[in-house]
Amino acid sequence: MRGKSLFQKMAAAPHITWAVMFIVAPMLFVLYFAFTDAQGNFSLSNVSTLASYSNVFILSIAFALIATVVCLIIGYPLAYFMARSSPKMQKILMILIMLPMWCNLLIRTYALMALLDNGGLLNALLEKLGLGKLHIVGSDFGVILGMVYDFLPYMVLPIFTTMTKLDKRYIEAAQDLGCTAFQTMVKVIMPLTLSGVISGVTMVFVPSISTFYISQKLGAGKIELIGDTIERLFKNTSTYSVGAAISLVMMILILISVWIMNKFSDDEGGIII
Amino acid sequence: MKFLSKFYMFIIFALLYAPILVLIVFSFNDAGSLSEFSGISLKWYGELFRDEAAITALKNSLILAVLSSVIATVIATFGALGLHHMRNRYVKGAIKSVTNVPMMNPDIVTGVSMMLLFVAVASLISTKDIFGFGTMLIAHTTFNLPYALLSILPRFNSLDKSLSEAAQDLGATPAKAFFSVELPEIVPGIVSGLMMSFTMSLDDFVISHFVSSPNFQTLPLYVYNQTVHNVKFSMYALCALIVATILAILLVVNFAGSASNKKKSKRGAI
Repeated sequence: MRGKSLFQKMAAAPHITWAVMFIVAPMLFVLYFAFTDAQGNFSLSNVSTLASYSNVFILSIAFALIATVVCLIIGYPLAYFMARSSPKMQKILMILIMLPMWCNLLIRTYALMALLDNGGLLNALLEKLGLGKLHIVGSDFGVILGMVYDFLPYMVLPIFTTMTKLDKRYIEAAQDLGCTAFQTMVKVIMPLTLSGVISGVTMVFVPSISTFYISQKLGAGKIELIGDTIERLFKNTSTYSVGAAISLVMMILILISVWIMNKFSDDEGGIII
Repeated sequence: MKFLSKFYMFIIFALLYAPILVLIVFSFNDAGSLSEFSGISLKWYGELFRDEAAITALKNSLILAVLSSVIATVIATFGALGLHHMRNRYVKGAIKSVTNVPMMNPDIVTGVSMMLLFVAVASLISTKDIFGFGTMLIAHTTFNLPYALLSILPRFNSLDKSLSEAAQDLGATPAKAFFSVELPEIVPGIVSGLMMSFTMSLDDFVISHFVSSPNFQTLPLYVYNQTVHNVKFSMYALCALIVATILAILLVVNFAGSASNKKKSKRGAI
């Protein structure tokens, strides 16, 4: 082995400098703002006001959890059926699932709102049929529907990918050994696609819990989630500190849950293989 | 069973596409209503193209996406080189974890944290309007960095270390060895890093929302500002155009991919 040259030693320097200046430093500023008052003195008042936001936190967590579970229930069978299609069909289905992912979230949410709104096509059709109007926009259901609609592809794609990589011989072996279709599903396919489920769950849960555009549009401003609170607090200079404290809590919550889920998937994978 | 699975897929995809299709159809609606279709017209498209703010926003989005993806990819390429030759695995792990933070964090937290940094810097150098193109470029480069590094680093790891050493034994400087031996091998990773960063930058709304100023708007910010209070039919036209563009790109990429595969297999047959 030869010694490392100066070029090789210094190659990562710009990367490290950038990461320290624009990833580490901003997080330190969140910490700083969370623990200081408007004059810059140390204070715990921001942290103590967090209690008054506990309802918003609980509501956001509940909405995000429901949306994630619904996405999983709808998305898992979809990914399974997609993976069982012919290779040619799989390619088409892949484009179909990726197209909404590539469309901006604002567009998808806006399109859904336009369809469901009071003056939208759905309500116009229902009225013509004499069924009355559905007030989906502005309700809890509307916001959760928006999350499911926007993030379903993020659940389907990773599960679909792990399904296609799954060794078919495992399934055949299970069937040869006398497993029913249901047993094969629960005992073989589900554990082997767990890593896809975990990344799908993360990819739905994290944007759901932090969204503010979906609740603004499909909640019609009546439902405030934690994302809306943060966005509102950062519009006004005097409330930066409280906003920073809430952001800090959210960051810690999410980094911990992502870390736990990654650990969980690694361990499980290790046991199975 | 076969029928049931097809039926299920059909229903879900129909629901997934219904809002987008309605949006596209009603972008051609003469009446400017969401429920009554009175006749086909291109007037909302005309209104969109006469709107200079929309054209400027598109230009801004493209400039920002090109610059931020190139800067992030260059930094990450050398970063990956440095990490590849680094011996201390704890330092290596720490650098990788820190780089991944913008990818793991919710966008709103990344946006807010960068905003606080810029606010603090602005009060240090006592300017009022720090937000604009510069802050946007820094923010976009930062959230592109993990995607670029993740595409490039695995390429280095599958690289044979003795290649670079052989080049150096034959008299190349380490820099020369990198540019003529290692770099050509990792080009596919660089290209995918570039493409990924480019699309992430074009698509971003949340982080931009916190670090932008009214005088530098990207396309998603423009859509947000136009739709925040009322329904605007020129936005339907814009959304329809964006969807059509993405569909075209996806089809071309896929079609071109299968065409080149065919060529390859033909060559193989000969």
